[in-house]
Amino acid sequence: MTKKTKTLSLNFGPQHPAAHGVLRLILELDGEVVEKADPHIGLLHRGTEKLIEQKTYTQALPYFDRLDYVAPMNQEHAFALATEKLLNLEVPIRAKYIRVIFCEIGRILSHIMNVTTQALDVGALTPSLWGFEERETLMTFYERASGSRLHANYFRTGGVHQDIPTKLIEDIEKFCKNFPKIIDDLEGLLTDNRIFKQRNVEIGIVTKQEALDHSFSGVMLRGSGVAWDLRKSQPYECYRDLEFKVPVGKNGDCYDRYMCRMQEMRESVKIILQCIEKIPKGPIKSIDGKISPPNRNDLKESMEALIHHFKLFTEGYRVPAGDVYTAVEAPKGEFGVYLISDGTNKPYRCKIRAPGFSHLQAMDYLIRGHMLADVPAVLGSLDIVFGEVDR
Amino acid sequence: MLLENIQKLEKVVNSELTTKVKHSDIAFDELLLEINHEELINVIQFLKSNDQCKFRQLIDIAGVDYPEEEKRFKLVYLFLSHENNFRIKLSVNIEIRKKVSSITKIFPSANWMEREVFDMYGIEFEGHPDLRRILTDYNFEGHPLRKDFPLTGFNEVRYSEKEKKVIYEPVKLEQNYRNFDFSSPWEGTKYIKEIKKKSNDDKKN
Repeated sequence: MTKKTKTLSLNFGPQHPAAHGVLRLILELDGEVVEKADPHIGLLHRGTEKLIEQKTYTQALPYFDRLDYVAPMNQEHAFALATEKLLNLEVPIRAKYIRVIFCEIGRILSHIMNVTTQALDVGALTPSLWGFEERETLMTFYERASGSRLHANYFRTGGVHQDIPTKLIEDIEKFCKNFPKIIDDLEGLLTDNRIFKQRNVEIGIVTKQEALDHSFSGVMLRGSGVAWDLRKSQPYECYRDLEFKVPVGKNGDCYDRYMCRMQEMRESVKIILQCIEKIPKGPIKSIDGKISPPNRNDLKESMEALIHHFKLFTEGYRVPAGDVYTAVEAPKGEFGVYLISDGTNKPYRCKIRAPGFSHLQAMDYLIRGHMLADVPAVLGSLDIVFGEVDR
Repeated sequence: MLLENIQKLEKVVNSELTTKVKHSDIAFDELLLEINHEELINVIQFLKSNDQCKFRQLIDIAGVDYPEEEKRFKLVYLFLSHENNFRIKLSVNIEIRKKVSSITKIFPSANWMEREVFDMYGIEFEGHPDLRRILTDYNFEGHPLRKDFPLTGFNEVRYSEKEKKVIYEPVKLEQNYRNFDFSSPWEGTKYIKEIKKKSNDDKKN
């Protein structure tokens, strides 16, 4: 006699605290075992790419803050690099260092967010309370540089918006000296924690080949043992002059990815300290008046500056025709911008390559055969932020 | 064997694929291959499996719309080779309502990328396992990234107190969308540099 079984369809989200945003995951369950997962995304789709086509290059930049809102400046960076490549523009050295400092701060911001909320999803509350205190400090650094805690709009084509004061650099240094101790504390709570290990070890295993086939990048790829980091392999800005290690996982499970993120934070701290040591004095944006807006003081005295200011904030600058793809190692993986210019002041097409998009795509194959309770653990270790998945 | 630089890669690709490549070009240190859409599967299979190319990862698929052209849509496939540390761009031009073969069998990650292109441009992929809309709303009509789709769209949603649910209505704008025309002769620095150079040359002569 055969027993009739019926699978149960379960709607996970769109409002679920462990979905990390607005994800509607339709699960087919056989008892507690997941047989199929069908993520429905797009609930946060804002048409960023369409909007960018209608805006000048300067106006397009703030949209990138709103993609992965956990590490906004890393996104801006990719777009700034793309336009600079098309314009063939040189960025002053000081600006490069400032950019790297804030990109690494973004990486720490993102990893704290991810690691602690992942711990929260599997039942540990304390790490998020400790971690978010540090995030708060980092966000004040964002605020002191750009005037805004979250949507910074700080990077510009050809440099950054404003110089950072010496006091801020000192405070960042102080933070970096202190932060490894916080990472130790967090690790003390999680790394050898029995429950945390039970929930993460050998869950959501990705092999090397699968990671490549599914277009994984960043920690998802390194967790599976592929030593690939764009900061090392295709160095942009001043990463060539900085020393850091690329942590690589072995088993490709959720636990290895957690370990990679922890190690990456330590490396980021080292990078920031090196930058602080090496940062030179000098201009912070391109001296090309046709691209960088003039100094406020010059506006009162120089006719040319006034004209430049007017033209830049009405028409913007024109970018030579061509198409480029630039990618940065964002905290979540390879964040790329494929930019097509037709020679006018607006991008003709701007395709945003978000790492989370391909990671979430693999959800179905990652979760098949796992228990329902593993869904939040796997989802957490994928490091999904819906701002960038839905765009 | 690994290739030293992108110029070598261009040579290898051209000599191996010969007539399949319509045009190849290196700009901004990036290699772009133009091919016919019938050859797509073969070329991608070659790029993935060839020992010298080893483009094992599909990075993204980008659609582009050129409404004036006869072959209206362009698809750009971006690949990455970890071993060689190269990137390559592959572009195909297609007419409207023409189907393209899906590459989901070669790269499973193409699944959502092709769905996105279908959603945004209405390009259909032959052999795709599950070609549904992905980013837009359920029951959405039209393809938003086409150039003839208005920025503000056609429908807007609001919560109706009367019907006690979210309803769709045609878009009503309080102020028309303003699109400024910037056809001024502002050319940027290059232009000034050229004028300076010209006047200097004239002085020398």
